[in-house]
Amino acid sequence: MSQPIPRLGRTPSRLRMDGVPILSVMLASALPNLLPVIAQSPSMPPLGLLVFVGWRLLHHELWPLWIAAPLGAFDDVMSGNPLGTAIFLWSVVTLAAEMVDTRLFWRDYWHDWLIAIGASIFFLLGGLLIARISGSRAPVELILPQTLWSALLYPLIVRVIARMDRWRMMA
Amino acid sequence: MARPPSRRPGVNRRAQYGLFASYVITIGCAIAGLLLVVVSFADPAGFAVLRAGAAEITTPVASSLRYMVSGFGSVDEQIVAYIDAGSQNAALRRQVEANRVKLIEADAVAQENVRLKKLLGLTQSSDDRITTARMISSSSTISRRMARINAGSSAGVASGMPVRAPEGLVGRVLIVGPHSADVLLLTDSQNIIPVRRVKDNIGAISTGRDDGTLEIRPLSAGANPFRPGDILVTTGTGGVYRPNIPVAIVVALREGYAIGVPLASPARVEMVMVERAYDAHIPPPVTQAAPATPAKAPLP
Repeated sequence: MSQPIPRLGRTPSRLRMDGVPILSVMLASALPNLLPVIAQSPSMPPLGLLVFVGWRLLHHELWPLWIAAPLGAFDDVMSGNPLGTAIFLWSVVTLAAEMVDTRLFWRDYWHDWLIAIGASIFFLLGGLLIARISGSRAPVELILPQTLWSALLYPLIVRVIARMDRWRMMA
Repeated sequence: MARPPSRRPGVNRRAQYGLFASYVITIGCAIAGLLLVVVSFADPAGFAVLRAGAAEITTPVASSLRYMVSGFGSVDEQIVAYIDAGSQNAALRRQVEANRVKLIEADAVAQENVRLKKLLGLTQSSDDRITTARMISSSSTISRRMARINAGSSAGVASGMPVRAPEGLVGRVLIVGPHSADVLLLTDSQNIIPVRRVKDNIGAISTGRDDGTLEIRPLSAGANPFRPGDILVTTGTGGVYRPNIPVAIVVALREGYAIGVPLASPARVEMVMVERAYDAHIPPPVTQAAPATPAKAPLP
């Protein structure tokens, strides 16, 4: 990929600045529905959440806090969870990230990684709990592979987000 | 990375109120999300329209990708099959000889069956098939097991219809959109199917375990009657699935139940058939009050 060339005196369009992060989260939420993979057990990591957390940790003032609700609603519609699951869980993740920002003085790469793993464990457990309340009998260890994939995939997602962020900023 | 500049606005009162309001709005959103979950439980079909609508957008992409990569999922099996082709060939030859005899016997039995059913007046229209479709994607990120097929209400698919592959049962239709439908797979723990063992009609209940296997729980108390290798088929009880559709093969035994694997693995089947719900054929029960009054108008 050729390096983007910044041009002096130009600012990127508002649409590109605001649209790229939101569209990337929505695309990540929709990706499991686009791929022709018939999974026998939950195998894909919660990509939408990982990209959402990635953007949030990269630029904490990128979005207003309430953005978790509309993006979470889109994720619910795509993933097949009961509507409201991701609205609730993503909002809680946003508030928790806000708390972490006030507590942590330095945030290293490893902190980001651990926050992302914590968020995905919370999201998967919450989704499982809500599914169990509605009558499913899925065992808790079912989320272990997904947690592992989330942990392994997050560094790659951070790099993809960084690339997108650079393209977004260049006029 | 150094600590990012905080959202905290310092002494600016207006900004402080703005920050407080944004926290309140987010907590409000979280509570609204919880309420929506409760509403989804109370009325599971209510938000199905949203999901079906979203499926309209993703289905064309998933469909075309599916056509491109058909057969991709079984690459490993094909490699293994190539490696032990020689010994497999001899074994398969023997099996074909044995099966040929059984096929002829089965043909004879089927013909006899048709004859006997005609005598009993039980003949059903043999073509229960609504449409054939391709499995294009699945709910791979959540604990519920659903798959999407690329046929919807425009092809006559309706909620509750059984879906099967030539190898066996796949599941039943849950949410229907115009050009796609979500199928609740056998392996979902909310899909409960009455089954029986083929060779001696021992009844059991098959429930998904959400990890690609099934829990086969015998109806009779006492010792577990199942052995690995037993084939289970539908009984027709409950009226959704036609009797005698292959469901699962027992692979392991547990305390009081058996673990089965679906005969039609959703990851491997290419085409599935959507069928009419079995019950639709059963005529409504005859009312006993009819003979009391002489029939005035003949029923059409």
